[in-house]
Amino acid sequence: MENRLRVLRAERGWSQQDLAERLEVSRQSVNAIETGKYDPSLPLAFRVAELFAIPIEEIFVSPSRRSSKAI
Amino acid sequence: MTASAIRSSAWKRYNWRLIWLSLLYCLFLLPAVYGFKHQLIPGALKYLVAILPALPVIGIFGAMGRYIVEEQDEYVRMLVVRQMLWAMGFTLGVATIWGFLDNFGLVGHVDGYWIVVVWYFGQAIGSIANKLTVGDAACR
Repeated sequence: MENRLRVLRAERGWSQQDLAERLEVSRQSVNAIETGKYDPSLPLAFRVAELFAIPIEEIFVSPSRRSSKAI
Repeated sequence: MTASAIRSSAWKRYNWRLIWLSLLYCLFLLPAVYGFKHQLIPGALKYLVAILPALPVIGIFGAMGRYIVEEQDEYVRMLVVRQMLWAMGFTLGVATIWGFLDNFGLVGHVDGYWIVVVWYFGQAIGSIANKLTVGDAACR
């Protein structure tokens, strides 16, 4: 799933490891989410949103919205 | 608690269980082999002594299941589960093919417990499959 995690992380000057520790997941997980290889569960997506204090949809791009934009 | 600490605690617990179960396996297997070789085990007790070494091996499967439950990192957990599914498919495939080959007398009979070794080999295949399909293998 496309997302703005890398941008949001960079804005705060955090490394992937920093973000991983804040989310209590592995750096491998953060990398997989950032690169779109893995879609996080809803609880983890909420943790990400709460950490950045913004709504989920401002971090993760809905696949249906993305395809409708393409049309 | 840091992520690496969370991961390592589940993995560490799994490794400790593995060590204890392996020791238990040796503890049960060696006397069983000696006892059967020298015909020291009487009657129905033979069944119990023969089954005892299998129990720690079953325990290892349980420890793997426990690790999946205890692993806090959902991405790593997904990779491990995928790896195990590959291992299961590989093992069932090998067992089925070998069963037919054995049935038609084309290969020798193999003791059933070797299936565990095949399963471990299947885990390695699962790890490679993860690397090829997801682009990642579980680092624990």
